[in-house]
Amino acid sequence: MEHYNMNLTLKVWRQRNSKEKGRFETYKVENISSEMSFLEMFDVLNEKLITEDKEPIAFDHDCREGICGACSMYINGKPHGPWKANTVCQLHMRAFNDGDTIVVEPWRAKAFPVIKDLVVDRSAFDRIIQAGGFISVNTGNAVDANAIPVDKESADKSFAAAACIGCGACVAACKNSSAMLFVSAKVAHLSLLPQGSPERKTRVVAMINQMDKEGFGACTNTNACEAACPKEILVTNIGRLNHEYMTATFTADK
Amino acid sequence: MTWKQVFTSSIGQKITMALTGISLILFLVVHVSVNACIWFNDGGQIFNGAANFLGENAVPRILEVGLFLFLILHIVQGLVLEAQNRSRRGVGYAIDYGNRGSTWYSRSMGLLGTLLLLFLIIHLIDFWIPSRFGVMPETTLADGKQVHNLYSLMQIRFQQGWIVIIYVLGCISLLYHLLHGFYSAFKTAGVYNKRYLILIRWAGYLFSIIVSLGFAMMPVSFYFGWVK
Repeated sequence: MEHYNMNLTLKVWRQRNSKEKGRFETYKVENISSEMSFLEMFDVLNEKLITEDKEPIAFDHDCREGICGACSMYINGKPHGPWKANTVCQLHMRAFNDGDTIVVEPWRAKAFPVIKDLVVDRSAFDRIIQAGGFISVNTGNAVDANAIPVDKESADKSFAAAACIGCGACVAACKNSSAMLFVSAKVAHLSLLPQGSPERKTRVVAMINQMDKEGFGACTNTNACEAACPKEILVTNIGRLNHEYMTATFTADK
Repeated sequence: MTWKQVFTSSIGQKITMALTGISLILFLVVHVSVNACIWFNDGGQIFNGAANFLGENAVPRILEVGLFLFLILHIVQGLVLEAQNRSRRGVGYAIDYGNRGSTWYSRSMGLLGTLLLLFLIIHLIDFWIPSRFGVMPETTLADGKQVHNLYSLMQIRFQQGWIVIIYVLGCISLLYHLLHGFYSAFKTAGVYNKRYLILIRWAGYLFSIIVSLGFAMMPVSFYFGWVK
C-alpha cells in the first residue's frame, strides 16, 4: 500500500464538562502519515495544542489494538469511523485523503453524559453488568475445562456474543439510543452455556430493569446497531434476548 | 415480577406493540379477503352478502370490540414509545448516521403510523360509521334478504379522484408500515432462529405487497369503472 502524507481539517466537539454546553472547534493538522492510526493523529494534534499552550482534546483510549472498548469517537456520521467491524484505534489514516474535512463527535445519548470533549461516561454499562451479567461458581480448585459438555454450535454462538467489548457504538448508532445490542450480547453469551443456566431467568430481568433505569431507549429492530458494531455482534441476539425475557417473565412463579 | 412491571419495561412495551400488531395483521387478512369480493363484478351481491355476514354474526361483532381495543392499545403504546425513544438522545449529531444497516421506513414507524391513523379516521367516517350508525342505501340479495349496500357506498365515494388519491396514499403508508412491522413484530415476540427469520422476512414482504396492493386497487378499480 502506497504511503502518503495529508493535510486535514478537523471539526472536533469541545465541551469543558457535563454541565457546560459544547461546541465544534476547527483544527488544521499537517503532514499526517497514511500509516498512522486515527488516535495517533489526535496525539499529534494534542502535542501541537500543548506546545501552543492550549487545552488538549480529551478522548478515551486504552489498548489501542481494538479489544478493550475504550475508544469512542463518532467520525463523519459513524461510530468508530468509516471502516466496517473496526474500532477508532484500528482506523488508519489511509481511510482519508489529503484535504478532507473530518467531523468528530462524542457518543450522543442521555445515558452516556459527556465528561469532557469526546469522553463520555459509560458506567451505565458497568451497572447493567453488575445487575446480572455474571455466573455463580464455587471457588476452590479450577474445574477441568471439559467437565461440562457444551455443544460446538452453542459454544461458537456464545463466543461470538462474548466478543462484545462494551464500547457503546450500538447506543451511539441507534436512533433510540437503545442498549439492546449490548445487553443481548451479554445475555446470549451466558444463556447459551450450561454455566449460565442457574441465573438464566433472574439475569435477563435484572439486566433489562437496570437498562431501563439508566435511560436507554427501546429497540425498534432497525438493525443500525449491527452495522456500527466493531465486533459484528448479530441482531439475532436481540431476538434471543426478547425470547429469554418473555420466557423468564411469563413463566415466573409469582 | 408483577404483570405491570412486565408490560411497562422497554421490552414489555415492545411485546404489546408486537402482539397487537400481529392481531391487526390477522384483521387485515379478513378485511382484504372480504373486500376482494368486489372483483366478482356481480354488482356487489357476494361482497354485500359477506359484509352483512360479518355485521350480523355475533362472533365477528365480539371480535370487533377486541379489534378496537387492540387498535387503540397499538396506537397509544406506539405514540408513547416514539416519544420516549425520541427523548433518549439529548444533544443531536451534526452528521446523521443515515441508512447504514437500516431502512428509512424502519426508522419512520412513528411517522407512518401517524399517517395511517389519520387515514383510518377518514376511512372510518367514510364507511364504518355510516354502516353502523348512519342511514345506508339498502339492497336485496339473491335470497331476498335486505342488507346494507356497502358496495354502492364504495361506488359513490370512489367517483371522486381526490378521495382515491387519499386512499392510495393510505395504502402506501400501510405498505411501508407493514414491510418493517411484520418482521419486527415476530422478532420482538422472541423469534431468533435463522430459518424462521428468513421465512418471516419473505412472508412479510409478500404479505405487505399483496395486502397493500389489494387495498389500493379497490378505489382505483371503482374510479376507472373496472367494476360496475
